[in-house]
Amino acid sequence: MQRHVLSVLVENEPGVLSRVVGLFSGRGFNIHSLNVAPALEDGVSHMTITTFGDSAIVEQIMKQLHKIVTVIKVVDFTDIPSVEREMMFMKMQAEGPARDEILRTVEIFRCKVVDVSPTEMTIEATGNHEKLEAIINLLQRFGIKEIARAGSVAMRRSK
Amino acid sequence: MECTGAQILLESLKREGVEVLFGYPGGAVLDIYDELPKHPELRHVLVRHEQGAVHAADGYARASGKVGACLVTSGPGATNTVTGIATAYCDSIPLVVITGQVPTPLIGNDAFQEVDIVGITRSCTKHNILVKDVRKLSMTIRRAFYLARSGRPGPVLVDLPKDVMQAKTEFIWPDEIGMRSYNPTCKPNVNQIRRTAEELASARRPVLLAGGGVIMSNAATELASLARKLRIPVTSTLMGLGAFPATEPLWLGMIGMHGSYAANLAINNADLLVCAGARFDDRVTGKLSAFAPKARIVHIDIDPTSIRKNVEVDVPVVGDCRLSLQGVMEICDTRFAGEDWADKHADWLDEVGEWKESKPPAYQKNGNIKPQHVVEALFAITGGDAIIATEVGQHQMWTAQFYAFTKPRTLLTSGGLGTMGFGFPAAIGAQFAFPDKKVIVVAGDGSLQMNIQELATAVANRLPVKVVILNNRHLGMVRQWQELFYNGNYSSTNMEAQPDFVKLAEAYGAEGYRIEKQEDMLPVLKKALATSSPAFIDVMVEREENVYPIVPVGAALDEMLLV
Repeated sequence: MQRHVLSVLVENEPGVLSRVVGLFSGRGFNIHSLNVAPALEDGVSHMTITTFGDSAIVEQIMKQLHKIVTVIKVVDFTDIPSVEREMMFMKMQAEGPARDEILRTVEIFRCKVVDVSPTEMTIEATGNHEKLEAIINLLQRFGIKEIARAGSVAMRRSK
Repeated sequence: MECTGAQILLESLKREGVEVLFGYPGGAVLDIYDELPKHPELRHVLVRHEQGAVHAADGYARASGKVGACLVTSGPGATNTVTGIATAYCDSIPLVVITGQVPTPLIGNDAFQEVDIVGITRSCTKHNILVKDVRKLSMTIRRAFYLARSGRPGPVLVDLPKDVMQAKTEFIWPDEIGMRSYNPTCKPNVNQIRRTAEELASARRPVLLAGGGVIMSNAATELASLARKLRIPVTSTLMGLGAFPATEPLWLGMIGMHGSYAANLAINNADLLVCAGARFDDRVTGKLSAFAPKARIVHIDIDPTSIRKNVEVDVPVVGDCRLSLQGVMEICDTRFAGEDWADKHADWLDEVGEWKESKPPAYQKNGNIKPQHVVEALFAITGGDAIIATEVGQHQMWTAQFYAFTKPRTLLTSGGLGTMGFGFPAAIGAQFAFPDKKVIVVAGDGSLQMNIQELATAVANRLPVKVVILNNRHLGMVRQWQELFYNGNYSSTNMEAQPDFVKLAEAYGAEGYRIEKQEDMLPVLKKALATSSPAFIDVMVEREENVYPIVPVGAALDEMLLV
């Protein structure tokens, strides 16, 4: 079961998100993460969907997505040179000597501290899936209080 | 000139060629009903239940090839259409279903007779649209019909709030559909067509499998020419019956769970299977891993999602069945013009011929009226010149097995969803499309009672629809499964408590006949079919007759139980 990143351009019409999401739930496909926002062109939205499945399942997902009347374009970025990023906020327990340690890790991973209180710090991190997992792993021992994580966004590299 | 939404709707329906609108009024669509009498070209048929309206529009579409249309109110009116919509969706039938909706300011407020029908039907329509702006109404109707009939056809629902029907704007009929996100592939890829022809040229044991797509795309002529020229035996799914004349020697019978011995054996011994317009449903394939194990498979379908969904294929052809079969034929006529197809397939045809002869569809006569015999009698009386609608169950399978369908669009049956209660209203719809044709419903006593109220529609419109009830006072197919697979535990399948169908017909103002003895069967059937009145013909058949062959769930096609 490979991870696939699908880029889906849709008409920005009421209900289009539930058409896409309903397709996944109705046919038993899995959505790992989902990101939706307006695209460059007016009236068009860009969805990035990450999913897991073997090639037959992903082929079916692609075809089924394309069959939705309001879906304009579907691309699987898995085997295409592309950049992919996720973004995350982490609220950390941060008191005493841990504060320095956390700040050092933040620097190494080029994260940002976006909010701070005497006992907590909120960190903004951007990167691919693996990098964010690595940050979580490293900072776990200090006590993570909350995570808000956005779905992946991806873009094809220029030729 | 400014027009109301209701006026624009009806004008748009006329522009789309709608002649008959099956419907049921209610609060949210009163503005449309207020306008309807001013449009006599648009015949409105008042049904007795909204489910009947959708099935009638569906039967109209299946029989005529046009888009069926129906109109219902919001809330319960809309939810009552859901089974009909899902039925049409499963069988790819072009429908436009218009539902009323509460006024836009009330949407989301749990108003009286409000449901989110667009949300409810999202997964059983090809597309659905809530119209919030009267200026978008004519374009929406135009798109709805285009979507319904193009590509892989299907039902499209348009939800119309009451205030949009009252709002006014100028009527502009759009010239262009203008949908960048919807471009179905109709023209097949030439390379795939060439490969299909090459596969045919190198096969020794080929089989053609026709599905409903052959009928939908009006490809029966092309299919028959190809089969006859290349001398290839033909089978079909339930939905494909009528795509190839069942009276021809190349016909194998239907494939699948209740398919013929010859068809199922041919599939499992073929070296090439060319499937056109079928989606390899589980009732067709049986155990997938043992389906057509020796065959290379060519799959022609207009819907790319059908291809490689259930069955791995060697040559996928995305496109319209008619254009695809035409393309294959052209290559066979030119590049393979020198082939001696008859000689090449002689041994194979002998072999399938033996299967056909050794175990044709059969039943034991014992003095009681056999349901299969009734179906044979219907074919004998009509000579196949009739539209046959069925409900769902044993009688449906016996009709598929024992009525020799020779023309497309002469069988109306709920194949994919298996909707009991479909046949009778569908037959009513078909009779509106073809007022002079003989339209006969083969029904079970269980199924018929699911939409029996439509007899009033038939009587009110003087439709000579005939309902032949194969009455075994059981839910026969479920009873059969209980007998074969549930140790004879006949839980809730005995239907001895049932109305007197003859008196019931008479109470509605229709004719009622009962056949209890075999010797009465032919004369009474003939008499009943000849009148110009709707009629129930209640045939008391053998109570515990089973449908054979049957491929048990999970078994391979060649593991049929024959008796």
